Amino acid sequence: MIEAVLFYIFAALTLVGGVLTITRRSAVMSAVWLTVSLLGVAGLFLTLGAEFLFVAQIVLYIGGITLLFLFVIMLVNLDAAAQVRQFRRAWPVVVLAGIGLAAELIALLIKGKVEWLAGSPITPGNSEALADLLLSHYVVAFEIASVLLLVALVGSVLMGQQRKRSKEQVEG
Amino acid sequence: MHGISPLHYLIVSALLFSIGVTGVLVRRNIVVILMSIELILNAVNINLVAFSHGHHHVTGQVFALFVMAVAVAEAAVALGILIALFRNRGTVLADELDLLKW
Repeated sequence: MIEAVLFYIFAALTLVGGVLTITRRSAVMSAVWLTVSLLGVAGLFLTLGAEFLFVAQIVLYIGGITLLFLFVIMLVNLDAAAQVRQFRRAWPVVVLAGIGLAAELIALLIKGKVEWLAGSPITPGNSEALADLLLSHYVVAFEIASVLLLVALVGSVLMGQQRKRSKEQVEG
Repeated sequence: MHGISPLHYLIVSALLFSIGVTGVLVRRNIVVILMSIELILNAVNINLVAFSHGHHHVTGQVFALFVMAVAVAEAAVALGILIALFRNRGTVLADELDLLKW
């Protein structure tokens, strides 16, 4: 019973946050509602028994990505952008298409017959199980992911430096 | 009210995915488009973790972890590009960036 209540609370947080993210006029409010939505997703991970992903979601998404978004909103002057029209002219068509897509996906999900294993997997030590698999079977992918993060780090710093470099090129 | 099955999570995931797709298509501000992409990636993660739960196997969570790593890399690079774009063009509206249009 408590599981169902928690599920509906977190699902509502996720979906309401998502809808408000794409409908708010100001980008700062969008970022705030994105945080609410990501918190809801973190809660869903917790109800599914994925404790490690719950913590990673909060640290990475809420602590990292949302902060990054807020910094960019601060650096990029969005005051002018908030004054103009925020939605494309064809937005009713797009919203209808989105509702159609959702209806289609849900119809397919309900029609499909997936065999779920009964009961909930009791996993005392979700992090240990995850680490075992990650560092044995998926160790190559793990290393590639770390290289990818390094490349992204260097790449984003390089992007931020662009103007200074081009000015030196002009002077030189 | 009977128990919550992974199907419920898949439906939430489908709805979140549709919200994200609608956001990408409907907004003009690139910052909000990037936020919608994050919503889409989160929908994928819910799906992976729900299947991991339903099949009593941790592999789905490993995949979700990789999705998260790639999402972080994507967000960092995309926001760097966005800052460079704003410096060069002075706009963050997607439909004003039409240099390649003739």
